[in-house]
Amino acid sequence: MKYSYYPGCTLKTKAKDLDAYARASARALGFELEEIENWQCCGGVYPLGSDEIATKLSSVRALNEAKEKGQDLVTLCSACHHVIKRVNDDMKNVEDIRTRANNYMQLDEPYAGETTVLHFLEVLRDRVGFDELKKKVVNPLTGRKIGAYYGCLLLRPSGLLEFDNPENPTIIEDFIRAIGATPVVYPYRNECCGGYISLKEKDMTKRMSTTVMDSAAGLGAEMLITACPLCMYNLKKSGSGKIPVYYFTELLAEALGVKEEAAKA
Amino acid sequence: MQRIGVFVCHCGSNIAATVDVKKVVEMARLEPGVVHAEDYQYMCSEVGQAKIAAAIHEKHLTGVVVCSCSPRMHEATFRKAAEKAGLNPYMVEIANIREHCSWIHKNIEEATEKAVILARAAIAKVNLNAPLKAGESRVTKRALVIGGGIAGIQTALDIADAGYEVDIVEKTPSIGGRMSQLDKTFPTLDCSACILTPKMVEASAHEKINIYTYSEVEKVTGFVGDFTVDIRKKARSVDMTKCTGCGVCQEKCPSKKAPSEFNRGLNNRSAIYTPFAQAIPNVPVIDREHCIKFKTGKCGLCEKVCQAGAIDYTQKDEIITEKYGAIVVATGFDTIKLDKYDEYAYSQSKDVITSLELERIMNAAGPTKGHLERLSDGKPPKNMVFIQCVGSRCSDNRGKSYCSKICCMYTAKHAMLIRDKYPDVNVTVFYIDVRTPGKNFDEFYRRAVEDYGVNYIKGQVGKVAPQPNGQLLVQGVDLIDNKQILMEADMVVLATAIEPDPSVRKIATMLTASIDTNNFLTEAHAKLRPVESPTAGVFLSGVCQGPKDIPETVAQAGAAAVKAIGLLAKDKLMTNPCTAKSDELLCNGCSQCANVCPYGAISYETKLINDHGIREERRVAVVNNALCQGCGACTVTCPSGAMDLQGFSNRQILAEVDAICR
Amino acid sequence: MKSEKKQAEMIREISGVNPYKCMKCGKCSASCPSFNEMDIKPHQFVSYVLHEDIESLVKSESLWKCLSCFACVERCPRDVKPGKLIDAARQLVVRQRGETYLSPDEVPELLDPELPQQLLVSAFRRYRR
Repeated sequence: MKYSYYPGCTLKTKAKDLDAYARASARALGFELEEIENWQCCGGVYPLGSDEIATKLSSVRALNEAKEKGQDLVTLCSACHHVIKRVNDDMKNVEDIRTRANNYMQLDEPYAGETTVLHFLEVLRDRVGFDELKKKVVNPLTGRKIGAYYGCLLLRPSGLLEFDNPENPTIIEDFIRAIGATPVVYPYRNECCGGYISLKEKDMTKRMSTTVMDSAAGLGAEMLITACPLCMYNLKKSGSGKIPVYYFTELLAEALGVKEEAAKA
Repeated sequence: MQRIGVFVCHCGSNIAATVDVKKVVEMARLEPGVVHAEDYQYMCSEVGQAKIAAAIHEKHLTGVVVCSCSPRMHEATFRKAAEKAGLNPYMVEIANIREHCSWIHKNIEEATEKAVILARAAIAKVNLNAPLKAGESRVTKRALVIGGGIAGIQTALDIADAGYEVDIVEKTPSIGGRMSQLDKTFPTLDCSACILTPKMVEASAHEKINIYTYSEVEKVTGFVGDFTVDIRKKARSVDMTKCTGCGVCQEKCPSKKAPSEFNRGLNNRSAIYTPFAQAIPNVPVIDREHCIKFKTGKCGLCEKVCQAGAIDYTQKDEIITEKYGAIVVATGFDTIKLDKYDEYAYSQSKDVITSLELERIMNAAGPTKGHLERLSDGKPPKNMVFIQCVGSRCSDNRGKSYCSKICCMYTAKHAMLIRDKYPDVNVTVFYIDVRTPGKNFDEFYRRAVEDYGVNYIKGQVGKVAPQPNGQLLVQGVDLIDNKQILMEADMVVLATAIEPDPSVRKIATMLTASIDTNNFLTEAHAKLRPVESPTAGVFLSGVCQGPKDIPETVAQAGAAAVKAIGLLAKDKLMTNPCTAKSDELLCNGCSQCANVCPYGAISYETKLINDHGIREERRVAVVNNALCQGCGACTVTCPSGAMDLQGFSNRQILAEVDAICR
Repeated sequence: MKSEKKQAEMIREISGVNPYKCMKCGKCSASCPSFNEMDIKPHQFVSYVLHEDIESLVKSESLWKCLSCFACVERCPRDVKPGKLIDAARQLVVRQRGETYLSPDEVPELLDPELPQQLLVSAFRRYRR
C-alpha cells in the first residue's frame, strides 16, 4: 500500500527523527510513504479568516498532487495535519474558497476536496489496525507507563478533524497498548502546551507546559509522547523537566525493532 | 351545477393586514358556481356563522367555501354551522389563507394573488363535492397506559376512578419510574417514596387497574375507540401466582455482579432481583444474562431455597392481545449520555456524578445507605461543585437545544439538603441562568442562597481535572467578577440534560403518533390540545411530551385521563366518511392496494360482475369503511385507477390543480 | 481606519460568527488557558463586536495572547466560537500596515538551537501580514 506523504518543514530539519522513525515503521508494517514532490510549507497555523485564500494554496497543491496520484495523503506533524485537513474541508464544502483557490491554481481539473487526509496515527488505527500492529511488535515495551499528549491541533475542532473524541480521546492510548506499554490517562492531555506564543510569551508557555507535564507525571506517567515538533519543543524547553518527551514514532520503531535502522537512515 | 357561497375572513388583522380581502371576494364572484361572496372580520364568531347560515337559506347554497385559517383550526366549526343550516357538512371546504398565505408573506399584492388562487382551488373542488354521510364505530371501554411512572400511575388511577378498566404496561420489573429513584422532592422536600408508594399501592390494589410489569407493547392496530394491542410479557422466570416476595432467593443468589439499574449502576444487584424494596409487584425477575443457571446450566440455588416453588426456568415470553378504546403514552425520560461532555471528566473520575446518581447516594436505600461520600474512596466530601445546563440549551451538535426545566430546582434542593445535613461542606453552583418559575419555586432557590449559604456563581465550567491527590480541579468562570476560577472539589455533580426515554420512538411509530426532532411526542395543538396526540385516541402524559417536574406531570396526567375518559364515555364514534372506494368494473384484483394499506382495511372478494353486459366472476377489492382512515395510499398505488378516495377523489384534486395553474 | 461599524461588520464577515447566538454562559472564558493574560476576556469579545467597540478590541493585548487552541471553539454550546472573533480582530490589525506584534529584527535574540521552524512560521503567520 502506497500513501502520498507530506512531511512538512520541521520534519526536514529539527524533527528529522520523527520522520525517519515513521518511514522505517511504515516499511515494517508493509506500507510506503511516498513523499510528494515540490511540497511547500503549510504555514503552521490554519488561516481562520474566511477571506484568506493565498495562505491556503500550499495545502491545496499538496492535496491536488495526492489526488492526481490517486492516493490518500498522510501527514505526521499535528500542525500540518490540522492545516491541510481544514483546507481540504474548505475546498470540499465552502464554495467561495473553492472557486477562488481554483482561480489561482489554474489546474487542469479543479480541485474540490477529493483527497482523503490521514494522520499517521489514523493509518495505524483505521488502515493497519491496532490488533494487526500488535502482532507485528517484536519488542513490546512492557512495563513502560506512558502519557499521551494530544495537544490542540489533532483534536479540535472535532467536527472537522473527525480524529477522536476531543475531550476523551483514545487513539494514542490504544496505540500505547498496541506496542505493549501502559497508557496513563491524565486530564491535561488535550490542553494547549503554549503553541506558537512560546516565541514571545515564555512565562505563559512555561505555565502551560508545566501543568501538562506535572499532571502526567503526578498520575504516574514515566514519559510523554507527542506527534508535534512544537509541542515537543515547548514541553521539553518549558515543561517542569520531570519526565522525558518522545515522538510516538520513536517508540513505534523501537517496538517494531527498526529503531537502529531508522537512526542510520 | 352547484350554488356556492364564498366567505372571506379578515381574522382581525391576521389576514386582512396582508391580504386584500375585498379583492378576494370580488375575484371569487367570477368563479363558476359562485352565487354569493362576502367578507367579515371574524367568520368563526357567532355573527360570522350566522352570515353563513343566512346565505345558505337565502341563496339556496349547495356548497360553501370559507377562506380563513387552517382547516385544523375551524373546519369542524364551519361544517357544524352549515349542517345546522341544513347543508351536508362535507359540502364545506376551507381555503387556508392564513397559515398558508398571510402569515408567511409580506407583500400585499403577492399575498392577495395567492389568496385568490387558493380560493379558486377550493371553489373548483366544491363544484365536484358530493354529500357524504359519516358512519359509526364502537368504543371499547378500556384504556391502555404505556409506562408505569408517576405519569402513568396517575393517569391510570384517574381513568379507573371514573369506572373504566385500565391496563398499565411497564417495561421494567416494577412500576414507580424515575420518581421512585428520587430521594426528596422540591419545593416541599417531602420524601419521594413517602408520596409515591401509596399511589403505587393504590394502583395495584384498584379493582379496575391491571398492571403488566416487565412487559412491552409489541404491536398496535385499529383506530380510535377500537385499538388492538399485542403486549409481550417477558419471561420473569418466577411464577407470580406462587411467589410470596420473601426475598430469600435474592439473598442466596451467588451471581451478584449485575449493575443495579435502579441505583444507576453505582452498585450491583443479584441476577434474581426486585429493583427496590417497595417494588410493585413484589415479585423478582431473573436477569437471564447474569444468571449462572441460564449461562452454564448449573446453580439452581434460587429454585432450591424458594419455599413457594415459584421459580420457573422454563417460562417463555407470552403475547397478550387486548382491545382498547384509548391509549395514553407515559414513557417518561432518561438522562443523556455524557460521552460528548468529557471535559467534566465524568468517564475518568468516580467522583464526577450526575444529579440522578446523587439522588441515589442521598437515599437511605442507595449504594451508600444515604451517607454523602465519594464513590472513589468512601471519604466524606468537604467541597462540592454543581454544574448546571450540562447538555441542555446547546445549539451545537453535542447536546439538546431545550432547557431541561427541572435542573435549577433539583440543584437548589441538593445544595440545601447537603448544607442542612452536612453544614461543614461547601457547596458551589455554577449556573448560566437560574430558572424558577413555579409556585414557591424562586423562594425555594433563594432559601438555598440566603439561609443555607450556597455559593452561586454565574458562569460555566470549562474543565474538571482529576488531580494526582484525588481532588478534582474545577476551572470555571465568574462572569460577574470577570475572573477565571480554579477551585478544588471532592465531588462534582452534573445537572445532566433529560431526554425522552429511547423506547418512545418505537412506540410512536406503532401508534403513528408524531414526534419532534428531540423525540418528544407532538401535541395536537401546542396551546389548546396539549395532552392529545394528533393521532385520534392517543393521549400524552408526562415528560414524553416535554420536560416537566412532578407537579406538572401529575397535572398533565390528570388532563390526559380526562381526555381518555371523554372518549371512553361515548358509546359510538362518528367515523370519517372520506374513505376509499373501489370501482369494481375497473379493479383487476392485483392486490397492490391491500399491500400498501397500513390499516388492513382492504380485502378481496370474488364477485359476479356485470361489465357492460358481460357477466363474469372477478376478484375485486373491498374496503372496510370502519378500518379505512382515508390516507389515500391505495388510490395512488392502484394501477388501473379503480381506487378513489371519497371527498378527495382524483377528479377533485385535479380540478384544484387546474384551478391553481389556470 | 474605517468606521467602527464597518469594522464590526468586517469582523463578523471574516469570522463567520453570529454574535447574537451567544447566551452569555461563559464557557469560552471558563475554558481559555490564556484568560489571566487577557485584558478583554473571550466572552467579552462577543459583546464588544455587538456594541461595535472595535477601537478597544484592536488595541487589546488579548489578540496576542490567544493561543488558537480552539478550546472555546470546541466547547461553545451556542455555535458562537469566540476564538474566531479574536482571530478576525487580529486579522484586522495585522492587515493594517506597520501594526505588528513581531518584527523580524527581534527574531535573532528569540532563537535557540532547538527552536523548530514550525514555531517561527506559525508566529509570523499569526502576528504579521
